[in-house]
Amino acid sequence: MMKKNDLILAAAVILAACAILAFQYFSRGGGEQYIEITVDGNEYGTYSMDEDRTVRINDTNRLVIREGSALMEWADCPDQICVHHRAIHAGGENIICLPNKVVVSVISPEESGLDGIAQ
Amino acid sequence: MKNRAAYFGVFTALALILSYVETLIPFRFGIPGIKLGLANLVVVIVLYKTNWKEALLLSVSRVLLAGFIFGSLFSIIYSLAGGVLSLLVMAVLERSGRFSVAGVSMAGGVAHNIGQLATAMIAVSTYQVGYYLPVLLIAGLATGAVIGLAADAVLKRIRNLDLK
Repeated sequence: MMKKNDLILAAAVILAACAILAFQYFSRGGGEQYIEITVDGNEYGTYSMDEDRTVRINDTNRLVIREGSALMEWADCPDQICVHHRAIHAGGENIICLPNKVVVSVISPEESGLDGIAQ
Repeated sequence: MKNRAAYFGVFTALALILSYVETLIPFRFGIPGIKLGLANLVVVIVLYKTNWKEALLLSVSRVLLAGFIFGSLFSIIYSLAGGVLSLLVMAVLERSGRFSVAGVSMAGGVAHNIGQLATAMIAVSTYQVGYYLPVLLIAGLATGAVIGLAADAVLKRIRNLDLK
């Protein structure tokens, strides 16, 4: 039913996925983490994850940062994909609201060279 | 091929029904883009039973119809990018004759997720979207295998149906 080439293909994809995972794991910076929000590619704001807060993004989305993780609580878009997205906490993870072009991602100061916090 | 339009209508209806069935399954991983893709079962079968042009037409019609009925404009753009890339990859692998139905479908599943991810990257102009690439690669592989094995089983049973 399965040919040898099928297994080679599957192995190649799994290997590629593992390689990317390993790269992500080792390039992850330690220390304090921040939530960075961009709208349509432009920076909207950066917030510490150690502080619980609710961020309103242009009246289209509402993000909640609580106990070191962040989740999209509300969005005005029809598909609600970002609202169903699980809470994010690890460096590099992100929530995207495609209709509103909002990208929320977790960053560590070491990897981004961030030296100040814009509020 | 005889009765081409009639067969095409039946396959489109079948794919649309499977899209609807999929919306009934609560299958959420918290990461967008991971789903079974039941409708692709029909696309894979049509690819093997007729040719890649029929399958492409079916895939596009299915995405447009399902998008207007169950989804939104954004889900259409997402699915279209994934569906078209997936079909082209499957057509090439099917023609090469080096892969089984399951292998072709696995490559299709992976290509589908890559296409969707690329669309998201362009739409929000951020490379960070790529974070979930490993998860989506594995998910595409797994769902593609399930769909491929099912399609293989169906193809064996409709061997006598001549659509070429």
